[in-house]
Amino acid sequence: MSILIDAETTFIVQGITGREAVNLTRECLDYGRGAKIVGGVTPGRLGRDVHGVPVFDTVAQAVRHHGGPIDGSVVTVPPAFTKDAVFEAIENGVKLIVIVTERIPRGDVAQMVELASLRGARIVGPNCLGIIVPDVIKMGGIGGPAKDAAKAYTPGPVGVISRSGGMTTEMSSTLTAAGLGQSTAVSIGGDAIIGSTYAEVMPLFEHDGQTEAIVIYTEPGGRMEAELARYVREESERRLPIVAFMAGRFMDEMPGMTFGHAGTIVEGKEDTASEKIARLTSAGITVADEISQIPDLVRQGLGAAV
Amino acid sequence: MRFYEYESRAIVKRAGIPVTDYALARTAEEAREIAERIGGPVVIKSQVLSGGRMKAGGVRFADTPDEAADHAEAILALEIGGHMPRGVLVDPKAQVTQEYYAGVVWDGLRKRPVLIFSPVGGIDIEQVAAEQPEKVGRRHLSTIQPFSDFLAKEAIAETGVTGRSLTRITPILARLARLFLEHDMTLAEVNPLGELEDGSFVALDAHMDMENEARPRQRALLAELGVRDDETRQAREPTAFELAGEEVDAIDHRGVAGNVTEFDGDLGLVIGAGGGSLTLFDAVRAHGGRPANYCEIGGNPSVRKACGLAKLVLQKPGVDKIAVMMSIVSNTRVDIVARGVIKACLELGYEPAEKIAIFRIPGAWEDEGFKILERYGVEYCDRSVSMHEAARRAVEKIEGAGPPPDPAAMRQTSAEIGGQRDA
Repeated sequence: MSILIDAETTFIVQGITGREAVNLTRECLDYGRGAKIVGGVTPGRLGRDVHGVPVFDTVAQAVRHHGGPIDGSVVTVPPAFTKDAVFEAIENGVKLIVIVTERIPRGDVAQMVELASLRGARIVGPNCLGIIVPDVIKMGGIGGPAKDAAKAYTPGPVGVISRSGGMTTEMSSTLTAAGLGQSTAVSIGGDAIIGSTYAEVMPLFEHDGQTEAIVIYTEPGGRMEAELARYVREESERRLPIVAFMAGRFMDEMPGMTFGHAGTIVEGKEDTASEKIARLTSAGITVADEISQIPDLVRQGLGAAV
Repeated sequence: MRFYEYESRAIVKRAGIPVTDYALARTAEEAREIAERIGGPVVIKSQVLSGGRMKAGGVRFADTPDEAADHAEAILALEIGGHMPRGVLVDPKAQVTQEYYAGVVWDGLRKRPVLIFSPVGGIDIEQVAAEQPEKVGRRHLSTIQPFSDFLAKEAIAETGVTGRSLTRITPILARLARLFLEHDMTLAEVNPLGELEDGSFVALDAHMDMENEARPRQRALLAELGVRDDETRQAREPTAFELAGEEVDAIDHRGVAGNVTEFDGDLGLVIGAGGGSLTLFDAVRAHGGRPANYCEIGGNPSVRKACGLAKLVLQKPGVDKIAVMMSIVSNTRVDIVARGVIKACLELGYEPAEKIAIFRIPGAWEDEGFKILERYGVEYCDRSVSMHEAARRAVEKIEGAGPPPDPAAMRQTSAEIGGQRDA
């Protein structure tokens, strides 16, 4: 099985005629069993097509053309227009929205997240590369062109959650090389406020029969790791072994500076890498010093079974 | 982006929150004139974007205009945390009966702004929250439903404040909430909010921080405050090297080859992307290496940009070699970065095989990239070599690789860039 998406998931690409979106569409169509991209939206481009995917002016037109609800949308429109695009998707019944766009002001992100929760929709991102179920489907630019994605990702028991899109692939590739495949890998985004945090993705993996262990990539900034530690201690329904990798340890010496992603900044003690490592460790989460240690640590977590 | 105190007070004032009769002075003479106009004891406050003003001697009290001028002169010449002041704020010394706290910040977990109030003001709110939690009232704000003043009232009432104080503080806290929402603030704080002898309230200090991403749509406010587009307002002023990095990134709009931060080591880094750069910088230090810089490549930059970045790093005084490393790339092309860094070496008259300690970028177009690197005899590796191992190899190649990094030296480089709360 997988989380969030599977072979049957239908989605649209909002902003489909942009250069990156055209590439992303090609990649998703080519990967695994081929994504069911049922339409694209770019205002004023009704009637065109991108790699055979029909383009519409509105999400409503795409839904009408599809003849029923559409599961998801990949949003890759400029930051000033993202909020409107996401509202449009939500109000047209889309339940899973992957926001690729970066540099969206927090106030806009909060509005999108609030509306999504009112309508029972889920947002992944912003500033993320999307979701991949190895050999089945990818939704977003994650892993790149189909042949590159196929090199890094293989099916297996490990769920991956990462604040960095690129590091999602690096970690998955390391797992793959060691013979450990992935159930689903989710690039959750590098901003201070994101639609789906570790603790919000964890229950999905816990309910997924295929997933036996979790690998996460994390950075200084924010309290998402503290939230994960609390979740694991207090709410977890099925304790899965978790291995975390913490990048940006040097930032503890440089408060107030942002590196890597918009959300990566040390503003208070709770933001620091060392504090996060301590919190994660106290919740029974193993913290790896190097990426290359992750496969062995996952195996230890799984016991001798794998 | 952070605002100076005088700007923060102007923001509060234009939102309808009462402020003192303060003014900004750029010279000692101006400070004297303002003090004369105020006609009583004043406080002279350094206008720097740095914490610890009080401790550093950047806040002084004066009873006479002459004294105000003397203090202003001293403070204007005083560097705090690596920053020279923009000026001094000359503020009447208010007769305060009680100090309160009023603030709005983002709650990243609830994904909403949170309004915070406390009748214990003038000190760090986190300290109050830890020691007297019953003295801190909070209300989360919706970002899509209209804000209404009762939320401010509830936050205040929760702390036990009632009577005339409650009714007078409510509109102030409500205005703070509205300005936070309207102006894309990440922090809007009035601390302390002073209660005067006549029962009125006045903002005695203010801290404002606006989201960088929102600068384009907050242009009107920024223009009104006189904030120029080129003011980055980072925790540390950009160095000449970092400004040159920004120029490289601005060569064209294809991808990113920038976010350069200067350090004082001997191993130049041409690294990417966001998470990859963080990981690789740590890896170099973990192996005892001393990075000369931090940077990020991503989004498939042009050869020119990659070349420009590599040249900049290669020319940095003290740089012996560069390490070109990224996590697996799917968008950025390996061959383009390879061409860029080799071109940089050649144009500077260096042997690429000599100057590039290691090239570790696996991913899209890697075969083409590796072919180019082979032609020039540059050591490269694919994804079978981990990021940490690649960093170790690079560090080893630096002649006389020293002992593990000295945290003290690091701190010096990063300057004193403490938090924004002070005084």
